Amino acid sequence: MRLSLPEEELMGSGHRACQGCGATLAMRYALKALGQKTVLCIPACCWSVIDGPFPYSSLDVPIYHCAFETAAVSASGVKAGLEMVGDPETTVVAWAGDGGTFDIGIQALSGVAERNDDILYICYDNEAYMNTGIQRSSATPYGSWTTTTPVKHFKNRPKKDMEAIMAAHRIPYIATASVGYPEDLFKKVKKAKDIKGTRFLHIYAPCPPGWRCRSEDTVKLSRMVVQNAIFPLYEIEWGEKYTLNIKIKEKKPINDYLRIQGRFRHLKREEVAYIQEEVDKKWERLLANVNGSQ
Amino acid sequence: MGNHALSYGAMLGRAQVIAAYPITPQTQVVELLSEMCADKTLDAKFIKVESEHSAMAACLGASLAGARTFTATSAQGLALMHELLHWASGGRLPVVMGNINRAMAPGWSIWSDQNDSLSQRDTGWIQFYCSNNQEVLDTVIQAFKVSEKLLIPSMVILDAFTLSHTYEVVDVPEQAKVDKFLPPFKPEITITPDDPHAFGGLTGPEHYFELRYKLQKDMEKAPALIEETGKEYEKMFGRYLGQVEEHCCDDAELILVTSGTMGSTARVAVDMLREEGIKVGNLRIKVFRPFPFEKVRNIFKNTKKVAVIDRNISYGHHGMFFQEVKSAMYGFDHDLPIFGFIAGLGGRDITPSTFREIVEFSLEKNKPEEEIIWIGVNR
Repeated sequence: MRLSLPEEELMGSGHRACQGCGATLAMRYALKALGQKTVLCIPACCWSVIDGPFPYSSLDVPIYHCAFETAAVSASGVKAGLEMVGDPETTVVAWAGDGGTFDIGIQALSGVAERNDDILYICYDNEAYMNTGIQRSSATPYGSWTTTTPVKHFKNRPKKDMEAIMAAHRIPYIATASVGYPEDLFKKVKKAKDIKGTRFLHIYAPCPPGWRCRSEDTVKLSRMVVQNAIFPLYEIEWGEKYTLNIKIKEKKPINDYLRIQGRFRHLKREEVAYIQEEVDKKWERLLANVNGSQ
Repeated sequence: MGNHALSYGAMLGRAQVIAAYPITPQTQVVELLSEMCADKTLDAKFIKVESEHSAMAACLGASLAGARTFTATSAQGLALMHELLHWASGGRLPVVMGNINRAMAPGWSIWSDQNDSLSQRDTGWIQFYCSNNQEVLDTVIQAFKVSEKLLIPSMVILDAFTLSHTYEVVDVPEQAKVDKFLPPFKPEITITPDDPHAFGGLTGPEHYFELRYKLQKDMEKAPALIEETGKEYEKMFGRYLGQVEEHCCDDAELILVTSGTMGSTARVAVDMLREEGIKVGNLRIKVFRPFPFEKVRNIFKNTKKVAVIDRNISYGHHGMFFQEVKSAMYGFDHDLPIFGFIAGLGGRDITPSTFREIVEFSLEKNKPEEEIIWIGVNR
């Protein structure tokens, strides 16, 4: 069998992630593309635990565990500092969860993107505050249960459209990726690594304990979510040029995807129908952007 | 102006990464620094961030990478940074920051008092309070040296307007001489792929306690180091930079304890009162953290009374310099009457006659009858 990803591992097996953790797969694949000349800035998120407690680390690249809302600008600071001490090559990566990106970290991220600081921002998105025990974030999708959106009052607002927000900053590179498509993820990290300026990568990363799904379904969900167009895989260059990377031959209905996750179990037929409608609308908008770019 | 003295201090100190956000009355600090960076008078990267919180975060990242970093702020901006002030000292990142003392809102005030910086007293930063623009410039250079030796960040603090916007003649030392006094920043451990470490990760009770013990132990080295670098600076530049400044304290029966620009006003008042035969002296405390306990005790040895004037208040307690001075004397001299005065909050003027009032009050009473004496407030 031909390996489609490099064999070299920069992540050790002795990490502290839960079984079936998507965030761990995301890191493993991303580091294969980034290589050893990398510095990570990790704010409060699952990965501040996954890496392991002081004095251990499960990664072979240096990590700055920074304050929750500062991932992006901490990376800018490290980048500026490294350049001033004679290291212009190292890729500085902000590696944050959805809470640290969509919510508390969005101000610093917007500042970095507006200045086009030379960093790679990677958000691994498990669609809620999982490290604190499954509280809703603005990345939590419509209809989802979390401990702060109980089934009687499930989340009744759509997931924040982070790609659109980042596109409005006119940065050189934005991409979505899924741990169910490792080659695509690898290619995008590699591409982003070589671009100057602010690059934003949004990785879909299932959380079995938080989503109330089976740990063996992580990869399955990560492929379904692309095939049903809830999380399509695409790139945006300079906020204008849209490219669809994984073409969908036949768009699957969302029912099968929702059914295998306990967080959506309470949804009634009409609510599922509403979600489907919204997914379809968003997909059409994306296709229009992609077609408009050609 | 005092603000430009800060900028020149950062320039002569060869700051390599600057990140700052404008706030009145600090703006000229960053305006001048951005010009210096633009015309290459200063070889530094200036990150024009969207908030003070990000300003400090950027400095911390750069400092971890091994660069000398500088920022400046005031009042609300400093309060917004609060979380990261702990991050700086806990991470042992020797950032140097100028803070212009400005009263905290509400109501909105841009005028001077010390509640902004003194609210940060437990964040693990060294705090220098300056009384003239020359001292501001000199202290920035000294602060880099002290901070980088101890790996503890420093705040160089000056009063809004009475220093920040007041023009004075300032001697700008030669760059080559400053370079001799202040060698480049070369920390032992930095963040680099050549030697990967995880900084600041999850730290259990078996390690955290010792890390804080080490921070305190290094903080305890600061008084001697400040004296040593202050004398070295005096040798090279003719100006001594110590923890305190005494004026007529040797034979004083009453010592006024002051900080910041009110220290210079107190000096004038002392000279006036001395001419009238009143034996009064002024002790200006320049370093608030670590507090110069030993210095204070020695200077108080022969005096009969002490009056501490605070341009700040710890609500439900007292003025903060007053607290420290009292705690310095605990166990050493229980009989020394120490009076605590609050004056000049929100930028209200402190003039020589303010000190005359304080001196008359303190000399008249045998001991303080009230915990706090408010000056200029209709009680």
